[in-house]
Amino acid sequence: MSSVDSHPLAKYLRKGSRSHTHCSGCGNGIVAQSFLRAIDETGISMKNVVCVAGIGCSGWIPSPFFDVDTLHTTHGRPIAFATGVKLGKPDMEVVVFTGDGDCSAIGGNHLIHAARRNIGLKVICVNNMIYGMTGGEAAPTTPKGTKTTTTPFGSLERPFDLSKLVAAAGGSYVSRWTTYHVAALVASMKKVLTREGFSFIEVISQCPVHYGRRIGITDPVEMMRYFQKQSVPVEKARGLSEQELLGKFVIGEFVNTRVPELSQLYAELFEATSRESN
Amino acid sequence: MRPGTYFMQGNEACALGAVAAGCRFFAFYPITPAGEIAEKMSELLPKARGVYIQMEDEIAAIGSIIGASWTGRKTMTATSGPGFSLMQENIGYAVMTETPCVIVDVQRAGPSTGIVSAPMQGDVVQARHGSHGEYEIIALAPSSAQEMFDMTIRAFNLAEQYRTPVIVLADETVAHMREEVLIPEEGSFKIVNRKVPSSVEEASHAFLNASVAPMPVFGNGFSAHVTGSSHDEFGKRQASAPEAIDNIIRTIVAKIKPHTAEISEIEKVMLDDADTVLVAYGSCARTAEYVMKQARNKGARVGLLRLKGIWPFPEEAVGKALEPVRRVIVLENNLGQVFPEIERVTTGETKSAFLPPETLATMHRPDYVLQHVMEAA
Repeated sequence: MSSVDSHPLAKYLRKGSRSHTHCSGCGNGIVAQSFLRAIDETGISMKNVVCVAGIGCSGWIPSPFFDVDTLHTTHGRPIAFATGVKLGKPDMEVVVFTGDGDCSAIGGNHLIHAARRNIGLKVICVNNMIYGMTGGEAAPTTPKGTKTTTTPFGSLERPFDLSKLVAAAGGSYVSRWTTYHVAALVASMKKVLTREGFSFIEVISQCPVHYGRRIGITDPVEMMRYFQKQSVPVEKARGLSEQELLGKFVIGEFVNTRVPELSQLYAELFEATSRESN
Repeated sequence: MRPGTYFMQGNEACALGAVAAGCRFFAFYPITPAGEIAEKMSELLPKARGVYIQMEDEIAAIGSIIGASWTGRKTMTATSGPGFSLMQENIGYAVMTETPCVIVDVQRAGPSTGIVSAPMQGDVVQARHGSHGEYEIIALAPSSAQEMFDMTIRAFNLAEQYRTPVIVLADETVAHMREEVLIPEEGSFKIVNRKVPSSVEEASHAFLNASVAPMPVFGNGFSAHVTGSSHDEFGKRQASAPEAIDNIIRTIVAKIKPHTAEISEIEKVMLDDADTVLVAYGSCARTAEYVMKQARNKGARVGLLRLKGIWPFPEEAVGKALEPVRRVIVLENNLGQVFPEIERVTTGETKSAFLPPETLATMHRPDYVLQHVMEAA
C-alpha cells in the first residue's frame, strides 16, 4: 500500500477507496490519472470541484476514488444533474465523467442541449465504442460491421462521431484524443478546467475485454498502438477524403470559441431584475 | 406579492407557495395542465435570485432539481401524467440518495396522452409505487387554490425535514380553478430548513439514519459521495451485499412511516354523529363537501373525511375515524386507487363502497352522489 500512498497524486484519492472495479488493461486508469494530473498542474482545489458521473464503467473513474463532492447519477443523466449543480453553485467546477453509451444513446438529448445552452460543464466522455459494463453490447459508437455480443453477424448501423455531434450542437470547446495521447489529453483537460463555457473532451479508450477481444486485439498495449497508428491530427485530416479517413481517429481540438456561459447570463439576469424591482 | 387576499388560480398559488417556502431552483418541461406554475415561477424566481430553467425533457427536469438540491437549494419541478411517468426513475434516485425536492403532479386524464385538460386522479398509485424497488414516499393532495399555496409550502417543509422527495398530487380542477387565496405575512408560517453537518466528522455519516442524517451539501469540503447504488451510512458503494440494500430500504421507510400521523393529515367534517361518511381528496372532496351539506339539509347524518395527505396512508387515523360509522362511500376520479386502503382499514360493521363519477375525467355530479347517499341513508 505504501507505493500507492507515496504516489504524487494519492492526495487526491478518497481515503479508504483503494481497490477498484476496472478490468485490467482498461483505459479508465489513464483517464483518471490524466485528470488528476491536470488538477495538480492547474492548482485547482478539489474543494471547488464537483464530479458528476453516469452509469457505466466511466462513472467509476471519480466515484468513489476522487476525494471530492461526487454525484453518481442514473444512467444517461449526469449532464442533466450537473446542470442543476452548476446553476446551483456557479462558482464550482462541475466535471462530468460519462461514456459513449451514457451520453450519446440514453443521454444524447442532455448532451446536445447542454452544448446548445453553453452551460459551464466540463464533460469527459470515455468512448470505448462498446457497452462494457453490461457485457459488450453494440453501442451507437460501435464501428459498422463489428461483431459484438448483440451483433453476432456484424453491426448494421453507422456509428456516431461524438465530437462532430457536440460541435454541431454548439459546444464551445470540443476535442478528441486517445488514451495513447496522454500529454495532449492532460493539456486539453487543463485548458477546460480553466475556461468557461461548455467543454467536451472525447477520449477514445480501450476496453480489451469486451471490445478488443471482438476486433482481435486482446492486449491493451497493442490496442493503444492501434489507436496511435489509426490517429490522424485534425489539421492533416482536413486534407483527406472520407474514404481515406475510414477507420481513422481524427484527434485534436475541433472547437474553441468564446460564447457567453449560461450561469453568467443568469447572474446578469438577476442583476437586471433586481434593478427593475428597486 | 404583498400579503392579502387575492382571487387566484391554483397553479399560480402553487408557484407563490414555492417561492414563499424558499424554492430557488425550478426546472420544467412544458406540459398541460401544469403550465401556469412554470409561467409564474419564470417571472418570480429571477427577482429572488433563483433559477428557472426549461429543460429538454422531464427526465432532465427532475435530474437538474436533484443536482441543485445537493448545492443546498430548495428545488421543485411541476408536470402532469406523461411527464410524471418519465420522472419515476429519478424520483427513486432522490429517495435512495435522500435528496429533498418537491414534484408537483397536476393530474390529467390518462393513460398516455389522454385528455390534457380533463381532471382525473389516475396517478395516485403511481405516486406511491411508480419507481422501481421498495420505498416510502410522501404525497399530499390539495383540494383548493388556497391549499395549492399552503401544501406547496408544507411539501417543502416535509422534504427538508425528512430529506426525501415530496409529491404534490394536484389535479386539473384544483390547478385551474380560481378562488380566494390568502397570502400570509412572511414569517407567519412555518419554514423548515434541512440539517447540514457542522463538521467533516458529522458529514461522513451522511446517509441512512432513521432520525434523518444531516445533508452534506456540495461546496463545503465534505467530499460527499452520493450514489443511487446500494451504499452504507458513509455513502460508500456496497453494490453486492444484500444486507446493505436491506438496510437502505428499511431505513428510508423507517424515516417516514412512524411519522405518518404528522405527515398525512386528515380533515374530519361533521363526523361526530355521522352514520354515513364520504371519503375524498383533491377536487373530489369539494363535491363531497357540497353533497354532505345537501344531505344534512335533508336530515341525513352524513360526514366527510378528507385526506390531505395520501401517502404514507394514514391508516390508523382513518381506521379510527371510520370505526363507529355504518357506511363509507369513497369518491375518487378513477376506478378506485385509494379505495383498497379504505377497505383495508374499515373492519367490523362498517360497510365501504366506491363511487366514481358517472363519466371518468369529469367531476362527480352532486345530484348523482346525493342520490347514492340518500338511497340507504
